[in-house]
Amino acid sequence: MLRYIASRGLRALITIFLVLSFAFVILRLSGDPALLILSPDAPPEALEAFRKGWGLDAPLWRQYLGYFLNIAEGNFGQSMRDGRPAIDLVLERIPATLAITLPAFALKLLIGVPAGIFAALHRNSLIDRLVMSLSVAGYTIPSFVLGLVLVLVFAVNLGWLPSGGYTSPWHAVLPIVTLGLGGAAILARFTRSAMLEVLGQPYIRTASAKGLIWRRVVTSHALPNAAIPTVTIIGFMVGSLIAGAVVVESVFSWPGVGRLLVSAVANRDLAVVQAILLLVAACMVTSNLVVDALYGWIDPRLRSGRTVKAGG
Amino acid sequence: MSTLDFVGLQPGAATVRGFAPAVAKPIAAQGSGDALVRIAGLTVAFDDGKRHVPVLHGIDLEIRRGETIGIVGESGCGKSVTWLAALRLLGKRARIGGTVSLDGQPMHDFSDAAMARIRGKQIAMIFQDPASSLNPVHRIGRQLAESISLHRGLTGQAARAEALRLLDRVHIPNPGQRLSAYPHELSGGMNQRVMIAMALAGEPDLLVADEPTTALDATIQAQILDLLREIRQDSGMALALISHDLGVIADICDRVMVMYAGRVVEAADSRALFATPGHPYTQGLLAALPDLDAPHRRLEAIAGTVPEPGKLPGGCSFRLRCPHADADCAAEVPGLGHIDKAHQVACLKADSL
Ligand SMILES: Nc1ncnc2c1ncn2[C@@H]1O[C@H](COP(=O)(O)OP(=O)(O)OP(=O)(O)O)[C@@H](O)[C@H]1O
Ligand SMILES: [Mg+2]
Repeated sequence: MLRYIASRGLRALITIFLVLSFAFVILRLSGDPALLILSPDAPPEALEAFRKGWGLDAPLWRQYLGYFLNIAEGNFGQSMRDGRPAIDLVLERIPATLAITLPAFALKLLIGVPAGIFAALHRNSLIDRLVMSLSVAGYTIPSFVLGLVLVLVFAVNLGWLPSGGYTSPWHAVLPIVTLGLGGAAILARFTRSAMLEVLGQPYIRTASAKGLIWRRVVTSHALPNAAIPTVTIIGFMVGSLIAGAVVVESVFSWPGVGRLLVSAVANRDLAVVQAILLLVAACMVTSNLVVDALYGWIDPRLRSGRTVKAGG
Repeated sequence: MSTLDFVGLQPGAATVRGFAPAVAKPIAAQGSGDALVRIAGLTVAFDDGKRHVPVLHGIDLEIRRGETIGIVGESGCGKSVTWLAALRLLGKRARIGGTVSLDGQPMHDFSDAAMARIRGKQIAMIFQDPASSLNPVHRIGRQLAESISLHRGLTGQAARAEALRLLDRVHIPNPGQRLSAYPHELSGGMNQRVMIAMALAGEPDLLVADEPTTALDATIQAQILDLLREIRQDSGMALALISHDLGVIADICDRVMVMYAGRVVEAADSRALFATPGHPYTQGLLAALPDLDAPHRRLEAIAGTVPEPGKLPGGCSFRLRCPHADADCAAEVPGLGHIDKAHQVACLKADSL
């Protein structure tokens, strides 16, 4: 078991390392920060000084090595725009992001899971078809389109809610709803198919045959089993609490990590982009590890060293 | 499906010890008042979204208290569906007709809650694949205790004591340890014993065992059948044993019903059925059984394949595979008729064969 945890931990670190390396190379090959941050018409000496100041004149491999050595010391670099530590810039945006992603996450769970369960239990009914159509819609409509539609209806036409900004709690409503509905659609589909899969299993028939009323069959024998695959997707959603709102934050001018990422990429503010990616990768990897641990907890078949005994 | 499958040549068939039934009782008279379960004209069709595919075309059968009946037939002939329909376990896509009565009470009048009270308490059922018939995420003890509290109202330590007693009853060694095991930690045979223990928790009047040994290997099959026989003798409950395997049926059952393509084609006292099979299909099944006295005899399998539900030929469903069929057989579906007091056959040629 200890070896298992160690190997999973190592794999997680390697994943993060690969993400960072990839981002490092791509960012450095895709544009010169000096030109973007100063301006293409800046005097050549100024550009040269800028590159020298940020170490951009060194060979790529030295920059790369230096970058990881710094990380090892807890130094994530400075923003090229204002010289502040990149990690501070990122951390101060997190509360704003969580202010919309956490309520949206709750919305996804509260709508998506019950809707999926209900649809599965009433398979092929009118309500099932309605839930599934809405879900397909939520699945396929990109979040910026949904966001814009909501803005048109609730901000422009009805004038009930502000269309963008962050000066009052009301400003958070449309971003939360946009994020929440999209995720609820995904979760509803997922939960429904997990439930349908479980409801077709022989042990459900056994549970009915032993005399349990249907409600108890569902609560004691279908829901716990359907939770196993559903936990994966929920874990994925937890992992994207920090980074999952890039589009929505941009649409609604919400000052979170996502918008910081967009502007940092546009400006080639390398240290900031990399600090965000590090954070995102760390969240994803951690939530993956947690999902794995949860799996073992809900599914006893995975607990005993992943062996399945067969035979007479 | 392979021919071997249908003539009952799973490994277990080798354990057959001749065809004399263990106990020969008189056949239950049609319409006698003391039937525990009576199924009359049971039909089932599945709605596949476009049309109804009929799979049962009117099953009649009767089980008296304490009796053991065997139900044989090739895969897909409707053995499981018969009992799942009787217990209302088929789900919404099934269209069910006919009557099923328990102690003379027609069950289609029963509410869902009343049906739930019958399941496990009066009629229990165990299934073919014990490993997937138990819930993988719950411990054996919990699944047993669920039945015990449901049917006997016991909880806590009392339920645990009863669970231990039941596991001991089905000869599971170390019952205390097994209670905290998960199904995947037990073998198929052990899981089937757990299923039987769960069925016994309700002290049912009838246990329907739907191919309880098909998924197990030969020695385990014999042990499970011995266990069923022993329990039946001790408890006096009736047993409906579904099997592909005539040998298994011959071993334990008082009476046998042979099903073909959603109909009963022969029903008889076991001894009579094995001595003088009346239906050409039964004759074919028997001819295909291995004979322990002459193990090298060539097996005569029935030619042809079972027609799919919804694509039955007109008239007798078996006529296309039947060596005795003629034009009359295409004209109408033969009904079950007595060729003897304890012996019914659904074949126009039954008298001349
Ligand atoms: N839920 C269902 N939906 C549609 N068709 C079904 C369903 N259950 C059974 N059938 C069909 O009904 C017919 C009878 O099935 P049944 O399971 O009773 O056969 P069986 O005699 O028990 O066979 P086996 O020996 O393989 O268990 C088969 O043709 C099967 O395909
Ligand atoms: Mg079956």
